Amino acid sequence: MMSTVKRQLAFARVDSFSTQNIVRGVQSVFKGMLLPSLGIVAFLILWSFAASSINTSLGKFPGPQAVFEQVQNLYREHRVEREKEAAFYQRQEARNEKRLAEDPRYQPKIRAYTGKETFWDQIVTSLLTVMSGFLLAVLLAIPLGIAIGLSKKLNTAINPIIQIFKPVSPLAWLPLVTIVVSAVYVTPDPMFAKSFINSLVTVTLCCIWPMVINTSVGVASLNKDWVNVSKVLRLPALQHVKKIVLPASIPAIFTGMRMSLGIAWMVLIAAEMLAQNPGLGKFVWDEFQNGSSQSLSRIMTAVLVIGLIGFILDRSMLQLQRLLSWDKTVELR
Amino acid sequence: MPAFLDISNIDMVFPTPTGNFTALKSVNLKIEKGEFISLIGHSGCGKSTVLNVVAGLYKATLGGVILDNKEVNAPGPERAVVFQNHSLLPWLTAYQNVELAVKQVFSNTMGKAEMVDWIEHNLRLVHMDHAMHKRPDEISGGMKQRVGIARALAMQPQVLLMDEPFGALDALTRAHMQDSLMEIQDELNNTVIMITHDVDEAVLLSDRIVMMSNGPAATVGEILDVNLERPRSRLSLAEDKEYNRLRSAVLTFLYEKQRKIEPIKVPKENKAALSSAS
Repeated sequence: MMSTVKRQLAFARVDSFSTQNIVRGVQSVFKGMLLPSLGIVAFLILWSFAASSINTSLGKFPGPQAVFEQVQNLYREHRVEREKEAAFYQRQEARNEKRLAEDPRYQPKIRAYTGKETFWDQIVTSLLTVMSGFLLAVLLAIPLGIAIGLSKKLNTAINPIIQIFKPVSPLAWLPLVTIVVSAVYVTPDPMFAKSFINSLVTVTLCCIWPMVINTSVGVASLNKDWVNVSKVLRLPALQHVKKIVLPASIPAIFTGMRMSLGIAWMVLIAAEMLAQNPGLGKFVWDEFQNGSSQSLSRIMTAVLVIGLIGFILDRSMLQLQRLLSWDKTVELR
Repeated sequence: MPAFLDISNIDMVFPTPTGNFTALKSVNLKIEKGEFISLIGHSGCGKSTVLNVVAGLYKATLGGVILDNKEVNAPGPERAVVFQNHSLLPWLTAYQNVELAVKQVFSNTMGKAEMVDWIEHNLRLVHMDHAMHKRPDEISGGMKQRVGIARALAMQPQVLLMDEPFGALDALTRAHMQDSLMEIQDELNNTVIMITHDVDEAVLLSDRIVMMSNGPAATVGEILDVNLERPRSRLSLAEDKEYNRLRSAVLTFLYEKQRKIEPIKVPKENKAALSSAS
């Protein structure tokens, strides 16, 4: 594979000025850049056309123009909020210094700024939550998947449970999670907010299953020759898992991880909306409740941002897979 | 004195949904130390099953295998296997593939530097030292098989088991590999059992050719001693009388005595066409 690529590269260098190559180059640029841009332009035209013909109680449905304005608006609001925050801390510090100068025994009180979360803050919160929930799911799912993949009996025992929990919607889990977390997670000085734990656990519960299933299928369909190699070498069980099973199932594990991350992101937004936990979902719900003339275009902006982040998450996962997996033939899709 | 490797009275019965299938029946074979044995026979005659029993990957239904006065009951590195499709681990380089075996077998008896030397020595033996840090998908089929052989040799096995090691290679590469194997065999004088389909390969490489009868209930049909002088050269042997006598003996066994009559299947579409025409 590699050598043919190298040969092609060398070949391309030799006659890089031939017309055939120029044509091929133009074609690849056309395929790589022009077609996607064409698709986006077509979508924007369709969108603005459709938007202008939908009238709602909150005015016209937002088109690309309205969304673009909101992006600038939201950024400006974020800047303003940050300036306010900086000003608050400055005032607090000045006040404390003054008090301290008057009375050296004074213990200065430092209060945190409690301003409104901006769109940007919500994005950061959502990303943190999804990554934590996903990582927790990875830590649980991969060992479980390997165990199930290695043992047919264990698989037969556990598979029905997995199949039952797999299709459960996050919204069904959420009330239970909320109640349980508030009952169990009781500390005077909590390290994490309860809302964060709620979202995290919900995400974990929903995205663990595809990973368990994919990992177990990958492990169970291990190449028989590799198992025989391991047997001939008399690898102990732990070495067998570490040297043979785990690397061999890396492609399957990553397929499961990519699916799960996609699910995690979708689940999180829904959970945040329903539970009013901080994040992009809450932003959407708040705007919906707000019902101002700008609300629809702000929600539309959030929708696009959610999509964009989901896309970036998936691509990052793919890049990670390419970096870590020995199987370099995975398709970019 | 008992034989070095004694395959005695092996029966192999596989349970299938339609009842038991007897693959092997009373297979007996005694092999001396340093002998090169070829197992030849039509496909499906149970050659691989014999090899897998010796390797310990299958357990014989009846009978057993004794190697150097010890019964074989599990796979182990003293009976290293070279598999037909190389079975290298694709996430490891050639060096690392051999290293995995060496670390497993010699971690108690060799120092680190010694192990490195031993791995490199074995890769040099199969002429793969120039590409030892390449991964299996970066090297050709013949090269992969060389690494597979190096991995098996590096275990310093008492018996080297080869399951159609060159079956998946093109004719030229195969000839090249056979020459390499003879060269290695001259140096190490291993005990080898090799499965093959190739009559020339069997005659060229072996000390004895074990010809198996067709299954079900396959067994050892005839054993042919090959007393050609070593080192052997395929070019001078092509004119050799004895070589051609041995060659035709094997061919006679395979295509007259044990001719395999395969039913010719008529594809469904043809059948339909025939019936509609009539």
